[in-house]
Amino acid sequence: MHRRAFLAGTGAVALGAEVLPFLKSSAAWAKGAGDTLIVAVGTTINSLDLHRVGTNRPSYQVTVNIYDRLLRFGTKVNAEGAIVYDYGKLEGELAESWETAPDGMSVTFKLKKDAKFWDGTPVTADDVKWSLDRAVSLGGFPAVQMKAGNLVKPEQFEVVDPHTFRIKLLRKSKLTLPDLAVPVPFILSSKVGKAKATEKDPWATEHFHRNPMGSGAYKLERWDPGQQIVYTRNDAWKGGALPAFKRVVIREIPAQATRRALIERGDVHLSFEIPAKDAKEIKAKGTAEVVGAPIDNCLHVLCTNLTFEPFKDKRVRQAIAYALPYEQIFEQAAYGRGAKMWGGKSAEPAGIAWPQPFPYTTDYDKAKDLLAQTAFKDGFEVPLSFDLGTAEWGEPAALLIQEGLAKIGIKTTIDKIPGANWRTVALVQKKLPLHLENFGGWLNTPCYYFFWAYVKGNLFNSSNYDDAEMKTLIDETLHMAMDDPAYAPKLKRMIAKAFDDVPRIPLWQPYLDSAVRKDIAGYSSWFHRQPDMRLIKPKEA
Amino acid sequence: MAQASRTGIIVKRALQALPVLAGIVVVTFLLTRALPGDPAAYFAGPSADARSIAEIRKSLGLDRSLPEQLLIYVGQLARGDLGQSISTGQPVMDELIRRLPASLELTLAALALSIGIAIPLGILAATHPDSWIDHLCRMLTTAGVSLPTFFTGLALVYVFYYLLGVAPAPMGRLDIAVLSPPHITGFYTIDALLAGDPATARAAIAQLALPAITLALFTLAPIARMTRGAMLQVLSSEFVRTARAAGLSGRTVLFTYAFRNALLPVITTLGMVFSFALGANVLVEKVFAWPGIGSYAIEALVVSDYAAVQGFVLAMAILFVLLNLVIDIAYTLIDPRVGKDA
Repeated sequence: MHRRAFLAGTGAVALGAEVLPFLKSSAAWAKGAGDTLIVAVGTTINSLDLHRVGTNRPSYQVTVNIYDRLLRFGTKVNAEGAIVYDYGKLEGELAESWETAPDGMSVTFKLKKDAKFWDGTPVTADDVKWSLDRAVSLGGFPAVQMKAGNLVKPEQFEVVDPHTFRIKLLRKSKLTLPDLAVPVPFILSSKVGKAKATEKDPWATEHFHRNPMGSGAYKLERWDPGQQIVYTRNDAWKGGALPAFKRVVIREIPAQATRRALIERGDVHLSFEIPAKDAKEIKAKGTAEVVGAPIDNCLHVLCTNLTFEPFKDKRVRQAIAYALPYEQIFEQAAYGRGAKMWGGKSAEPAGIAWPQPFPYTTDYDKAKDLLAQTAFKDGFEVPLSFDLGTAEWGEPAALLIQEGLAKIGIKTTIDKIPGANWRTVALVQKKLPLHLENFGGWLNTPCYYFFWAYVKGNLFNSSNYDDAEMKTLIDETLHMAMDDPAYAPKLKRMIAKAFDDVPRIPLWQPYLDSAVRKDIAGYSSWFHRQPDMRLIKPKEA
Repeated sequence: MAQASRTGIIVKRALQALPVLAGIVVVTFLLTRALPGDPAAYFAGPSADARSIAEIRKSLGLDRSLPEQLLIYVGQLARGDLGQSISTGQPVMDELIRRLPASLELTLAALALSIGIAIPLGILAATHPDSWIDHLCRMLTTAGVSLPTFFTGLALVYVFYYLLGVAPAPMGRLDIAVLSPPHITGFYTIDALLAGDPATARAAIAQLALPAITLALFTLAPIARMTRGAMLQVLSSEFVRTARAAGLSGRTVLFTYAFRNALLPVITTLGMVFSFALGANVLVEKVFAWPGIGSYAIEALVVSDYAAVQGFVLAMAILFVLLNLVIDIAYTLIDPRVGKDA
């Protein structure tokens, strides 16, 4: 090493200093670029095709924004002034009109005649049939979700003429039409699909995984996995009112603190899905607007698993429900962003609204009394598990629950389970004695929640709750019209049983909050928990 | 003579690396399978039933026996196919090609920065013991090792981006307004310069600055301390005293005799620091949304994405084999004894 080499070394210092003048803010241009919406998300999109095996939840937003369905839900403004989807209002997206047959066993859709895919080919009933066939044939989650609406086999889908399409129903169900408005039954180009299909991959999932072809409001401009996805507006969209923004850039920013700095500085228009703590703080600071709404049909619950001895006794479960410091949990785990689900006035349900507060409060004396009546009056030990993927609320909630249960002699050890294992042990094998769970049903009817969470063997019944009467009631109500006179009494009975048996002890109904820049309007909250970019617009001055 | 032995070292090292790599292939294969968690259940997604989980297990090839899976994997490797990552849905090879340069660009920039600061600082601290510069060196190194990188990163973001607004938004390798340069090396700064686009290069450097400084602060400490320590030792050794006594100029003594000899331990430390830095990358990548290899590996590990984890470990193993080779060669350049002995 000679002097020259050393000087080259010191040159590096000079280079480091030289970099500094280039550190200029990009805030100026971001505020000026009126046509582009910039969104920060914390999750990774792993596919552009929802039907493909392994497509993760965050990827559903691609389907929402770039594809059309036959139907969609309208929106309404809730009591707090937030825009939310309206489960009761179905609108046509590719369908111009639809009609249920007099016998109620089929629905005929008239398609919009001028709707075109991005490549200019018209959207026909053949495309609709191919796409729905695909949704029920590929298995996995799409098939399960289609089945919830009684859509199970290709024979149900019939092309009448190029712009008329019919679905034959297996049974009358109130869930069928809403199920056509969830992200799953999206319409792709069958021409492209058939051209790219191979023997091993008859539904061209490998092609659509990276190369979408739809008719939606936005089309794909680029996708850099792990970094960003960019949409450009489809000016020929016929599905609804043209979106306000010509381009949408969605950047994946893993660190929560960074996302918060970005929205507070105004370098992004929307920071999607922020933790309750940030929602509370940003709201207080007023640096951005916090918009959110309770997630319909979703509850954060403490589940007692009925295959384990202490929890077989209903009184033990009730004792636990009385031994939870609800108010503290709500403040410290939910930061007050949620709907309270305790302190119901009576053991008799107030109505059929769901979710509704359970008739439990923090009452350690009552809890001790109940426990004293059982074989476990001296308490017992049990692990309390939660999913590390939901540690934001799971951890503080678990610690407070641990404290509460200790007061009645139940000793818990907290067991954090990594996200990859969670599904297997909690939902598939159902072998966690006491755990936190947060199922939310896409279709917003109480019976749908009960179907997934209170029927033995169903995925989200991680409590292994099994009750013959409940099962019968759920079977009877699941497809029954909600205005059927028999519906309300049956449902009330179901809710009363859920109150009394408490295999699932609700803590609160969570909010999905996002932060938006103050010059942005139109952010809406959806059951699918994904951002709908089509409705976002600049706020009018 | 020196030339021949140097080639000899390279060939020998490369050959020694082969069994190591083979071992790594088998061990990572087994380790990933030993991970708790069932990727099939995970990727079946919400509300999947037992049947769809079984379908996915079959399509992932996880229903076969372990030796069978290993054979398939080795066969794929032989064809240069690292498999498909299920979590990102991309071929692992593509991901590594895209992400490794991002991590390397960051790590190398940080190392260049920290060498540029640490070595002069270490030398000055050694030649002026207990002066203010020695104290500065001590302070910097203590701060560097004791501050966790994610904290330094967040603090820098807070001060330079959030409060002062002088740094660009920490949104990855390039600002949203700037398009990425054509892929040649994968280093955005170099690619942009090769494409004759100084504006993009400037934007890339601006994005690189804060994460590189964060990582540089972390790597500064061991290099500065090692330089200082080695210099102090060499400066007090007899041959330096002899050189001084012989009336050689202070400069010649310092750089030709002392520094060259002190450089060997520094180079060794550099190799280690490089590997630390690649590890510390993970946190820096998270804070600055840097699409590097570290965050990719962590995500893959969390969801038991076998192909991605295996690909990552293999890529890292090859990288370290190369790194060690480079260091060995650097030894022969600096220390003539090494070349002759080997």
